[in-house]
Amino acid sequence: MSAQVTETAHGSLGLGVDDLLAMHRTMLTARLIDEAALRQNRMGRAPFVVPVSGHEGCQIGTAWPMRPGIDIWVPYYRDLGVVLVAGMTPEQIFLGLFSKASDPTSGGRQMPSHWSSRGLGIVSHSSPISTQVPHAAGIAYAMKYRNEDGVVASWFGEGATSEGDWHEGLNIASIHRLPVVFICENNEYAISVPQSKQMAVADVASRAEGYGIPGFVVDGNDVLACFRVMKEAHDRARAGEGPTLIECKTYRFLPHTSDDDDKSYRSREEVEERRHHDPIERFATYLVDGGITDRAALQTVHDEVKTQVESAIKAAWDAPDPDPATATRHVFAEDDP
Amino acid sequence: MTEKNLVTAIHDTLHDEMAADDRVVLIGQDVGARGGVFKVSEGFMAEFGEQRVIDAPLAESGIVGVAIGMALHGLLPVAEIEFADFIHPAFDQILSEASRMRYRTNGDWGCPMVIRAPCGGGIHGALYHSQSIEAFYAHIPGVKVVMPSTPADAAGLLHTAIADPDPVLFLEHKKCYRLIKGDVPDVPQPTPIGQADVKREGTDLTVVSYGYELHRCLDAAARLEQDEGIHAEVVDVRSLAPLDTETILVSVRKTARAMVVYEDNRTYGAGAEIAATIAERAMFDLDAPIVRIGGPDIPAMPFAGALEHYYMEPEPDHILVAMRDLAHF
Repeated sequence: MSAQVTETAHGSLGLGVDDLLAMHRTMLTARLIDEAALRQNRMGRAPFVVPVSGHEGCQIGTAWPMRPGIDIWVPYYRDLGVVLVAGMTPEQIFLGLFSKASDPTSGGRQMPSHWSSRGLGIVSHSSPISTQVPHAAGIAYAMKYRNEDGVVASWFGEGATSEGDWHEGLNIASIHRLPVVFICENNEYAISVPQSKQMAVADVASRAEGYGIPGFVVDGNDVLACFRVMKEAHDRARAGEGPTLIECKTYRFLPHTSDDDDKSYRSREEVEERRHHDPIERFATYLVDGGITDRAALQTVHDEVKTQVESAIKAAWDAPDPDPATATRHVFAEDDP
Repeated sequence: MTEKNLVTAIHDTLHDEMAADDRVVLIGQDVGARGGVFKVSEGFMAEFGEQRVIDAPLAESGIVGVAIGMALHGLLPVAEIEFADFIHPAFDQILSEASRMRYRTNGDWGCPMVIRAPCGGGIHGALYHSQSIEAFYAHIPGVKVVMPSTPADAAGLLHTAIADPDPVLFLEHKKCYRLIKGDVPDVPQPTPIGQADVKREGTDLTVVSYGYELHRCLDAAARLEQDEGIHAEVVDVRSLAPLDTETILVSVRKTARAMVVYEDNRTYGAGAEIAATIAERAMFDLDAPIVRIGGPDIPAMPFAGALEHYYMEPEPDHILVAMRDLAHF
């Protein structure tokens, strides 16, 4: 049931100019936060960074049809772009990066990029891979049980699809035709292990057939194609037609984390070549060629976002650290102050 | 009050909780039409519907993981693991997810859920239908672990566990299911989690136990009192995590002799924690070394009757003999 999706014309997608420019700005925000976070790491101010660069197209594209306040987001640690769409601010991102007391995800308890915000409907996840996939199914079960209109989306990498929890979550969600969309950000490497050593199939999406649900392969560097396939999956979920598996083919430009050395497992030539398919530049070209904006306006956006990121860093850095006396709180509800 | 056996008390309490609150849903293998392999949910599917009594695929991690998701979105799931021996694929979901949800979100999210699991041996269950699993889970901060030994405690603790805002592992000793009978209040009486219970008062020694072993200790205590005039106090732990150290220490300070009896493999079992607590906090109140009786350190309970009997009772009346020796130390 997997199908190639390549159409990108925004007109048929119900997206206006404001949407397109906002999507572009969000992609750029993710990129500039990413680059700034790595600089903070090299300056010795951020012990751990999970880069997102290269994934902005598939993340913003698949996150955009979600409805903040109604739908539930179940991301994984590379999903900076997803949580920006969900409503997390750059300052909140850096509060997490610097593990400050007011970090909304965990108050500095988790490593950075382990997103969570009950208020924004972002479900907390851990570092073990794919454990969040059955949670997504359970939340979707509760939504269906309570006759809510909500949709759950869960994001993960291609390595995650080797885990038992991934299978168990998709299986249960498919049996009960739950309102959930599973989104694979396939960047070809699980840290260093290439897809060829992760699975014997070319497309993760082809596994959808084993669950009796639709599966789609989409160009993950084409934000509008990602939007389109997600919008349709979201509509199907709301219509009671059950889950969809979406596979976004993309690439990670930077190492797995700030502690990884990707030179040991992929050539510089390969990385350089893939940078030519940068989803942000590709979308910018689409916007300029379509007469939606021009290069000067995009430069202005770039400068604005850069300023916003810099002030977010300053505000977050100046925020208070967690009080050591709070380390024993929140083990159980009765410990909550 | 109505006299019930332990499994009926669990069935009836679960039924009443489901009838009282439609957020309570049941998920597990064979819990639907079959009513559970021990009939804990017998009749539930017909009464509450397939939406609330969910026959899950054969996937323990998925059952617990899906229950976590339900708990995150307003339901009060009761997940049944058919036999505690099969819970281990879900260890990561319990350890890395359910137990840490509240802590890792600084109190933002919580995981109100119950995982029921029939455990324990002495029922010809062999290596994979007899295990004691409590120590693995009692070691995890963020999960509560209870094991009621009487029908009244089972009803009271299940009522409390479902209302608890955090994950509770509810262990049911299979040997107690139909063997142990007792009066159960007709109106639910919540039994607090984290509270031990003195099941028999005495002055000569303290025996701390739980599960099926508790009943063997009570039996031995009754015989020792009748035949030899030795008065043993028997403390039912009931809640392994959090552990009610105060009730244990008060008893030990009174009798000055302490013994811990548990069915799990002896080494690193729950009895080690209890013995360590007594040693740390009541050493100078003791007139004798702490006695620790656990199962042998073999991988699990063997099937053949003679081998299984060795696991449960390596020497004739070994609990009674140890109690007598301690009383006379």
